[in-house]
Amino acid sequence: MSAPAPLLQVQDLHVNFEIRSGLLQRVSGLIRAVSGVSFEIERGKAFGLVGESGCGKSTVARAVLQLLEPSAGQIIYDGQDLAQLDKADMAQFRRKVQAVFQDPYSSLNPRMKAGYIIAEPIHVHALKPPGEIKAEVARLLDICGLPARFADLYPHEMSGGQRQRIGIARALAMGPELIVCDEAVSALDVSIQAQIINLLEELQRELGLTYLFIGHDLSVVRHICDDVAVMYLGRIAETAPSDTLFSDPSHPYTQALIEAVPNPDPDAEVNRIIEPLAGEVPSPANPPSGCVFHPRCPVATERCHHEEPALEAIAPDHATACWNVSAARKRFTDPTTKTVLQGAEK
Amino acid sequence: MTSYMLRRLIGSVIVMWAVATLVFFMLRLVPGDPIAAMLADAGGPDEIAAMKAQLGLDRSVFVQYGIWFANMFQGDLGNSIYGSRVPVSQIITEAFPRTISLSLLAFFIAMVIAVPAGILSATRRNTMTDNTVSLFAFLGLSMPDFWLAILLIIIFAANLQWLPAIGYTPIDESLWQWFRHLILPAIAIGTAFSAIIARMIRSSLLEVLNSDYMRTARSKGLTPRMLMFGHALPNAMIPVITVIGIAFALLISGAVVVENVFAIKGLGRVLIEGILNRDYPVVQGAVLVVSAIFVFSNLIVDLLYGLIDPRIRLN
Repeated sequence: MSAPAPLLQVQDLHVNFEIRSGLLQRVSGLIRAVSGVSFEIERGKAFGLVGESGCGKSTVARAVLQLLEPSAGQIIYDGQDLAQLDKADMAQFRRKVQAVFQDPYSSLNPRMKAGYIIAEPIHVHALKPPGEIKAEVARLLDICGLPARFADLYPHEMSGGQRQRIGIARALAMGPELIVCDEAVSALDVSIQAQIINLLEELQRELGLTYLFIGHDLSVVRHICDDVAVMYLGRIAETAPSDTLFSDPSHPYTQALIEAVPNPDPDAEVNRIIEPLAGEVPSPANPPSGCVFHPRCPVATERCHHEEPALEAIAPDHATACWNVSAARKRFTDPTTKTVLQGAEK
Repeated sequence: MTSYMLRRLIGSVIVMWAVATLVFFMLRLVPGDPIAAMLADAGGPDEIAAMKAQLGLDRSVFVQYGIWFANMFQGDLGNSIYGSRVPVSQIITEAFPRTISLSLLAFFIAMVIAVPAGILSATRRNTMTDNTVSLFAFLGLSMPDFWLAILLIIIFAANLQWLPAIGYTPIDESLWQWFRHLILPAIAIGTAFSAIIARMIRSSLLEVLNSDYMRTARSKGLTPRMLMFGHALPNAMIPVITVIGIAFALLISGAVVVENVFAIKGLGRVLIEGILNRDYPVVQGAVLVVSAIFVFSNLIVDLLYGLIDPRIRLN
């Protein structure tokens, strides 16, 4: 039996931003925000994209949402190439793919009441007759755990968690299939994060939603996502099912990210030795030669300076872009180089 | 809301009192006096003394202030002391509609130019359109209004002879003549104002267009028109309204100068003639009216905030 066709396929996506300068606004440089990203999301699954700020994960999200135009590559939704869609199909696509954005404080129009924010897309796309819009708004608020009276409040009259629920209700108003959560919980308090994550999971079960979940908090992504891709400087460094990625990371960058996750036990945290990743993320306007990670990589060899590794499968569903997977794995599992707990003498 | 209005009204009255008092005493500190201006060396010491007594200028400044103030509370702004002794209130009632119609027309023209120009340069940021708008904005800002007024007269009144160079027709006599007389001075005053507002709309819109809620709105699949007029512009207008309130001052002070170029007997001309003739009651009355326009236009702006931005709605 063949696998079902994925809902979303991103193939060799490139997004470049031109740097213009001077009086005549000549193009003086190119920022390669995303260079050659490919992944697939099956219907009903949650796919996570993680990485440091500036790695291009939000740019991928924007390209998927068609908020910006890819420089190259294809985005295929439900078998249709988005670049080929006519106006009517594009409107359909925009309805089926919705986004929940990072900052619930700034992503809602401060001049509009929550009810209008939620009702606007229903109204614009004529999804319900005008007489039923009010009831629909109440229903959406209820799904997201808010009483109907919130329709009459302005965003500034709500807490962050409540606003994010409005943001989710707004996204659900269009009856979407795919929801792009661009750092949807990063701006919230940890306790509120948990509530919103639970809400997202509940909605996924009840409505059969598919998620593209962008985040930098590994524990959140691990919790909600079925599959995860780690991005570095516009490229995917490693991709695997969540559990595999966290139990058996094979790219040195993934390993460094996992090592950097703080331990909730403060006593253990005090004594943990973490080897911080040296250096900074290089500028995407001027990426390093060869493997873009080599200047910061603990296991880099001569080859990494010259040749860029492709994303290659090292197990079914598990692919890594690294020349030295075995060295990296060895280093990660070696107790003298990785996270060491010195619990005995305190 | 009512208590806020009451507080603001009381505040406004205090500001106007302070302005009136300041002007009263400053006028009397200016060298020269009304008698000298009127008699122009013609009268002897006896005639000067008689005239002073007749006008009440022989009393101490504080007594004069007290009398003026007491009369003002009864609605009496006094009479012009230069020449015909016309009541100040009559002079102002004649001049006020001219200045107000000039300022409002200038304001209207400025907004008609500024809003589309600001939107264009924000949506086409860093293109030729944007640069052209910016160039004209800087030109408009750096050109003195009286000079622009003279240029307009030379071109449209003297050379092309399309429009009258001077004078005024009341709006209830002939709307067309009213417009023909006021269009040139209104452009002269409104240009700088429109440049300021266009620049302000541009920067404010740019900020709003990059905001997260505009991204949210775009992802709802709204049309560009709905995005601009439903979401972007109402938010972008909040800081613009502030600047409009402040820059309204510019319109009035522009009117004072430009009225003289176009020989329109508005408040500006009344003020300048009054100062030249040391016509104390006229200047005091005119300044009082100008400051009232000021104070109330700012009050209106503050009340507009509540309408335009629910976050600063006043309870």
